[in-house]
Amino acid sequence: MTKAATHPVLELENVCKRFGKGEKAVEALQGLSLQVPRGSLFGLLGPNGAGKTTTLRILATLLAPCSGTVRVAGVDALQDPRQVRERLGYVAQEVALDKILSGRELLQLQGDLYHLQRSQRDQRITELIDLLAMGDWIDRRSGTYSGGMRRRLDLACGLLHRPEVLVLDEPTVGLDIESRSAIWAVLRQLRDQGTTVLLSSHYLEEVDALADQLAIIEGGRVIAAGQPSELKAALGGDRVTLRVREFSDEPEALRVQQLVQSCPGVRQVVVNRAQGYSLNLVVEHDGVVEQLRRQLAEAALPVFALAQSRPSLDDVYLQATGRTLMDAELAVAGSRDPKAERKQSMR
Amino acid sequence: MTSATPSLLSPEAAGPAQRSALADLTQETLALTRRLFLQLARRPSTLVAGVLQPLIWLILFGALFANAPEGLLPEGMSYGRFLGAGVIVFTAFSAALNAGLPVMFDREFGFLNRLLVAPLRSRSSIVLASVLYITALSLVQSVAIMATAWGLGYGWPGGAGLLLVLVTLLLLVFAVTGLSLGLAFALPGHIELIAVIFVANLPLLFASTALAPLSFMPAWLGWLAALNPLTFAIEPIRAAYAGHFSLSAVVLEAPYGAVSSAGCLGVLAALALGLFLLIRPLLDRKLA
Repeated sequence: MTKAATHPVLELENVCKRFGKGEKAVEALQGLSLQVPRGSLFGLLGPNGAGKTTTLRILATLLAPCSGTVRVAGVDALQDPRQVRERLGYVAQEVALDKILSGRELLQLQGDLYHLQRSQRDQRITELIDLLAMGDWIDRRSGTYSGGMRRRLDLACGLLHRPEVLVLDEPTVGLDIESRSAIWAVLRQLRDQGTTVLLSSHYLEEVDALADQLAIIEGGRVIAAGQPSELKAALGGDRVTLRVREFSDEPEALRVQQLVQSCPGVRQVVVNRAQGYSLNLVVEHDGVVEQLRRQLAEAALPVFALAQSRPSLDDVYLQATGRTLMDAELAVAGSRDPKAERKQSMR
Repeated sequence: MTSATPSLLSPEAAGPAQRSALADLTQETLALTRRLFLQLARRPSTLVAGVLQPLIWLILFGALFANAPEGLLPEGMSYGRFLGAGVIVFTAFSAALNAGLPVMFDREFGFLNRLLVAPLRSRSSIVLASVLYITALSLVQSVAIMATAWGLGYGWPGGAGLLLVLVTLLLLVFAVTGLSLGLAFALPGHIELIAVIFVANLPLLFASTALAPLSFMPAWLGWLAALNPLTFAIEPIRAAYAGHFSLSAVVLEAPYGAVSSAGCLGVLAALALGLFLLIRPLLDRKLA
């Protein structure tokens, strides 16, 4: 890659964002810093409530940070938000369509809001209809569209003005496999043709399959960043998932944890509550697994399942946070306040 | 990426062609206004209900008080003709009071965010589009009421009178649309906005001279009616219907003094200006 190609097109530095006041205040971002290279497909990974959406909404100029700097394609987003809006396409998590308009009418509206000339606008709409295979239904009212259709239309809206940077918030949540594959293919094409793509996701496999680079966000901060292969390789060792029975309870899992921790070559043991109290181990080499089997047998503990694999992004997350992504999701699931979140998203 | 001709998905090498701010503002305002008219065309119930309700008022109330004793109304006017001005104003007022609802729904369903991530030349175009739409809608409804009133034999204002009617309605619609848009950004949701509309609508009608003259009211209600903005819209229109159009003619004998047509229009203009100045900081904050 050339120097120009690797120069960051999105730069966030020490960005803080707080919602609410006093005791009810929520610190959504706590000094988040991030650099997205030009022409890359960059994944923002983290559990719900980690600060992904807030980060993307700040980049899209929908929110102003409490402190920190934000630059998009060299433009200060706080000083000149209008120029940022011209350069950036934003596809929000919630697809907001005017149900009574057809998809084509929505695209026309979008084109006019971006001040495209009519001939240019209509030509671009025709191209995007072909690209995203929307021809069969684009003139129907958007209220009749399925989730996949709505998402494709939303993506077309984000691409209409040929942005330098496309920002997508959880672009494939709730989609069928076909729609997901179609969107993945378009995102790869975009990257290949020079557009910088930043997408947030809490799907590990999505980020693993798509992203050239990624950042993991937790508690409003970036806790790890780099190329997926590098991050995984940096962990070293193999991952082992151990179950002594199909569904263990916590005391048993803790007992087994204590036992296997003493086994030479075992570097880390974490109880995975989301997966029936299985144990996630990091082992230094293949021989450790045999040693582990012997030690469990000596302790008269059964082995229901024992699987060995190379490190995944979930392991990267585990290494950085001490818990799996799914555990993190479960931890925040009960503490979220949909009413407050709706209020935050409303102007 | 490096080819001379941009491919389908490549970012545009040069930005959009340089155009004047006015051209951009016009394009975005017309696009947003078109959207509102498309909604109306596909969901005409708003328009139909907006015309039907005042027609029912006109026909039922006109019939109810058709045999009112002579001398009850000024200058021996028939009740139908007296009522016509009130119903026209009420129609425009109701339409304008609902102006904030589409904006509120856009806020709630996230569509407003779609507008706000676009590089609008001025975000005032969002407000301007609503004002244009509601003004056109309320004028169409009012003209329909005026035509029906004429068909029922309640008269028709002359050329200058018609101009006065239109100017009066425009001022009222601007003022109330400003108020409604302010409420749409100030209140947390559409339930609250609808509640405010319900609470404001009928009491403002009854506490005005739409249905009865000031002389017919108890003193306290007479004071309320004489301060009610609807009264300042109703009385010049009523005078225009009575056929003696003059800006300097006294059209309202209020407890605090006589008010001419020009005075009424001045109050409405001041109200419109005042309300827009009042909501501007709120709009600036919400649309910043």
